[in-house]
Amino acid sequence: MHRRQFLTTTTAGVTLLAFPAVLRAQTKEPIRIGFPLPLTGTFAAIAADLQKGAQLAMEEINAKGGVMGRKLEVLFRDDELKPAVGAQRTKELIENQKVDFVVGGLAAHVQMAINEQTKAAKKLYISVSQSDEISAKPDTSPLTFHEALNPTITSRTMATYGMQNIGKKWWVVYADYAWGKQNNVVFNAAIAKLGGTVLGSTPYPLGKPEFSAHLPKIQAAKPDAIYAVTPGADNVPFLKQAISFGLKKEARIAQPLHFLYYTKEGGAEVFQDIYGATHFCHELAETLPQAKRYVEAFTKRFTQPPDSYSGYGYNGIHEVARGVELAKSTDSDAVANALRKNREYDHYKGKQWWRACDNKSFQDLWIIKVRSPQQVKGEWGFFDVIGKVAANEELDRTCAEKGHA
Amino acid sequence: MLDVSLSALTAQVFTGIVLGGILVLMAIGLSLIFGLMTVVNFAHGAFYMLGAYVAFSLLGLTKSFWATLVLAPLVVGTLGFLVERLLIRRLYGRSPDDPLLLTFGLSLAMVEGVKLLWGKIGLTVDPPTQLAAAVDLGFMRFPVYRLFVIAVTAAALLALWLFLEKTNVGLIIRAGSRDALMVRALGVDLNRIWLLVFGIGIGMAGLAGVLAGPMRGVYAEMGVEIIIECFVVVVVGGMGSLPGAIVAGLLMGEIVSLTTFFAPRLAEIVVFVVMAAVLLVRPSGLFGEAGLAE
Repeated sequence: MHRRQFLTTTTAGVTLLAFPAVLRAQTKEPIRIGFPLPLTGTFAAIAADLQKGAQLAMEEINAKGGVMGRKLEVLFRDDELKPAVGAQRTKELIENQKVDFVVGGLAAHVQMAINEQTKAAKKLYISVSQSDEISAKPDTSPLTFHEALNPTITSRTMATYGMQNIGKKWWVVYADYAWGKQNNVVFNAAIAKLGGTVLGSTPYPLGKPEFSAHLPKIQAAKPDAIYAVTPGADNVPFLKQAISFGLKKEARIAQPLHFLYYTKEGGAEVFQDIYGATHFCHELAETLPQAKRYVEAFTKRFTQPPDSYSGYGYNGIHEVARGVELAKSTDSDAVANALRKNREYDHYKGKQWWRACDNKSFQDLWIIKVRSPQQVKGEWGFFDVIGKVAANEELDRTCAEKGHA
Repeated sequence: MLDVSLSALTAQVFTGIVLGGILVLMAIGLSLIFGLMTVVNFAHGAFYMLGAYVAFSLLGLTKSFWATLVLAPLVVGTLGFLVERLLIRRLYGRSPDDPLLLTFGLSLAMVEGVKLLWGKIGLTVDPPTQLAAAVDLGFMRFPVYRLFVIAVTAAALLALWLFLEKTNVGLIIRAGSRDALMVRALGVDLNRIWLLVFGIGIGMAGLAGVLAGPMRGVYAEMGVEIIIECFVVVVVGGMGSLPGAIVAGLLMGEIVSLTTFFAPRLAEIVVFVVMAAVLLVRPSGLFGEAGLAE
């Protein structure tokens, strides 16, 4: 290569490289939100839904001109359902990508690792994972917000409904990790308090859906009902095995949560008559105008109706945006204070609020039951909404019980 | 308090046979490949996973579970041939670490490849309607499909035994695992035998995956979990020993099933405790020959 040729090429290269910087300087820097979530593993389907909700919120906000004239940019990273990876991705997002806030984390154990990183970096974190510890001392912090339901709220709700409508003698099958264990403890306590009996509780390793060795013992105990804390991709194999052993005929089955996509994957034959709670299902669009708008926007954007966790992602991003707008700042402390001062919000399904002591979101939840194959409406209408439990701080542990004296 | 009745225990033993059966199908291929080729095939679990995915797609194409049951292991076995011919063959004569590293890398690539092809979200396969019901065995209701898994496992093992004991190729395989050099000196092309053995071993892993799909679902990480248990089975049974793989596989299935009954939380750990105990008493495994793996 000749000297002149070299000079022209290098100059051209340098100009090209510098160009984005020039462009960037002309517009305002976007507000960056890091979003770790388990795109691979047992919760992949739920994570994909969560991501879509966050993306929809970002696109809606940016279409209206962003926040304080700045666009939102959400950076999704796969935490692989591993606490160490979740921590690493969060650290990278904060240190390399310079994100202003973090939303996300889906599995309870990974979310704790993410929270440790955001606490250390003093960044606002909105967790969308179901966890009791995240809003309790010593794990929580003034910058840790919790958008999702938690095992205490869900399992107390299901125990109350279950004792009134499903059965008195229960057996619990639960995934042996943070969320599963918390649900087991809460459900046992709630059933005992309500005068029922838990005949036994069986732990199994999360993501290892072989239940056959557990089933004969459960059958021998003859419970009225089974509380199946078998989340994510374990849900369908559990039910199929329970059916293949004849257990579904002998006992009724309830779950802390129902998911639309797993229900569709397993089909109405498998899920028929199974009870569960949820903070959202697209059937709510029939009765709630906010839900109708959200479900229509989501379906238009992604050509399928939302499952429940997209709502958490949607709210997480909207709440960051609302906080920044209120605080007129991207400083995490300022945004956290603004959200605590202006506690109420309603983005897609009715009023929610942040409790001041623990930054925990309170929201309505619903009891749903899966329809029979003949009753399923269209491609996605699996759920009958059979009860509503209004948002209520008393469903959760008190501020004092959580260590916020 | 535990209510231990005889019928409950019988039920537990019965479920253990199915758990063990899948492990046996996996471990026997692993053991066969190690015994003859001294290749520690870390990709064995990935081929099990691939068997389940291939079955999912074939089921969509053929609409027949029975055709899938035959075709999917053949497809996976053929991939096994290709892997031996194109990759592993280059490493013969090197240290056993090299094929181990190669197959470990291959297993990672296969898991990611499957996610690219079939997506990151798990899939569901249904057993055929003829096998979907449960039968009353007197002491419990048991899924017909699981009885079918026991039958297919037994048939596959019988076919393998007949092949190894009653055919000339089987004779060469047995001889080759005793003394490869001598067999070569007699003018036998062992390369072709190794190709065949690797293909058969992989095909059996594929079959295990096909059978497991309707019970456990199909997901990219399914092979990662089972491969550890399979290595435990092979080590307990004795590296390279086929009867060892069968006995240890069934034994592990029973141990997991019975531990689940009495103390579910220990079921994950107990297999390793048993392995440690067996190795203390018999360092080359229950049926192993000393010195084979050195």
